[in-house]
Amino acid sequence: MTRRYTARAAVTATCGADGRTRLPRLRSDGPLALRETAPLDGATVYLVGAAAGPLGGDDLELELLVEAGARLTVRSAATTLALPGDGASRMTVRAEVGPGAHLDFAPEPTVAAAGCHHRAAADIALRGGATLRWYEELVLGRHREQPGRHTSRFDVTIDGVPLLRHELRLDDPAVYGSRAVLGDARAAGSVLLAGPGLTREPHTADGLAVLPLAGPGVLVTALAADSATLRRRLARGEELASRPEPAGSVGPGRYDARVTL
Amino acid sequence: MDTALLLLADSRLPAGGHAHSGGLEPAVSAGAVRDVAGLAAFLRGRLATSGLVAASLAAAACAHAARDEADGGADGAGWVVLDAEADARTPSPAQRAASRAQGRSLLRAARSTWPHPALAALPGDAHHPVVLGAATAAARGTPRDAASITAYGAVTGPASAAVRLLGLDPLSVHRALADLARAVDAVADEAAAHATGPWRDLPAASAPVLDLYAELHIRADLRLFES
Repeated sequence: MTRRYTARAAVTATCGADGRTRLPRLRSDGPLALRETAPLDGATVYLVGAAAGPLGGDDLELELLVEAGARLTVRSAATTLALPGDGASRMTVRAEVGPGAHLDFAPEPTVAAAGCHHRAAADIALRGGATLRWYEELVLGRHREQPGRHTSRFDVTIDGVPLLRHELRLDDPAVYGSRAVLGDARAAGSVLLAGPGLTREPHTADGLAVLPLAGPGVLVTALAADSATLRRRLARGEELASRPEPAGSVGPGRYDARVTL
Repeated sequence: MDTALLLLADSRLPAGGHAHSGGLEPAVSAGAVRDVAGLAAFLRGRLATSGLVAASLAAAACAHAARDEADGGADGAGWVVLDAEADARTPSPAQRAASRAQGRSLLRAARSTWPHPALAALPGDAHHPVVLGAATAAARGTPRDAASITAYGAVTGPASAAVRLLGLDPLSVHRALADLARAVDAVADEAAAHATGPWRDLPAASAPVLDLYAELHIRADLRLFES
């Protein structure tokens, strides 16, 4: 027997006259179960898996509306395990972040299990000085397992102008295993920070790149042999990215001469 | 086979392409590419990621230049929007700088070779694939031609650099390029399929290692190529 979910979950965060964020809409649907928890920063919502997966054939969508001045933090309770099933599975997140609002989206890692065919997409529209932290970790297969197919697409605009359009396509091992793309890394991740006060200097270290974008944002990308190392590298990159330094302070010591991947 | 397009695809076009290795030099420095087999694997990854993105931008630029010419205009605003789409697909500052440097050199060569309103309307520091697409339109090529020339350059440039950096046998390197020919054509087909759709939907395939190499390379003490 096959099971297919089509789910549309949604969160709306608003800022009250007292400056506190409230959630007038918190709609769970099927495997996308949402729970409001004690606030980390503004209102905090956890995605708690109400079913295994996503499995092939599932079509899941999460809509996040963060209205002017509100602050929303999104986390997940557990790793997402993309599994095979009947065709491709999809997980789409659409977010609109209003003037002066902030969205911090950092779920637990996604694991691309053997035989999966998963498509992740995130489409984020920032408006009028909105700020963003968007954190993603992808693990290529469970222990000693070849991953299935996993493609992700990430689009972020600020007042309609593209800040970042970024895909990671793991569909052909001859491509993603290339020493130009991921090499032999088993885990890949990124953090996008958008807003003012970020570094304008690129940094590199073992399996880590901190990349100031053409617009007001910094993309941190990391590769590693395992998820624990990946998380350490991303944390280091995020720290470097969020530290604005005075102009002209670039020293040769910041760049490791020898970098291994 | 159109001679104007052969001239545009030719590495002897005086557009400064020989100064760039497409990330191959830092890959060689890191020990990631040592021989022809390693080069072939590197090129396959580069082609499917930054090669596809560049080919798609070039195809879109070519279609835009032809459309704009038919409308009798010189749409400077459209070029700024497409150039921003290239920026958004190039997170590495070193790669953005290399792309704009190559764009400047190519624009100079193309303006004097194939005068065309689209080349006149382009900003002087436009990204390389955007200029290459507009130049293809100026040389009377199609968006598929622009994608093909761009995808071809995405592998032949680093391959020539590999011959110089590693002293590889040029015959073996050309055999590796011939083995990639169908993959180059497939990338050109995929890129051309997006040429007239919304620019926001153009491919954005990333290559995290190339991004890292680009940043390492720009700060390396000794380097033969600019990128």
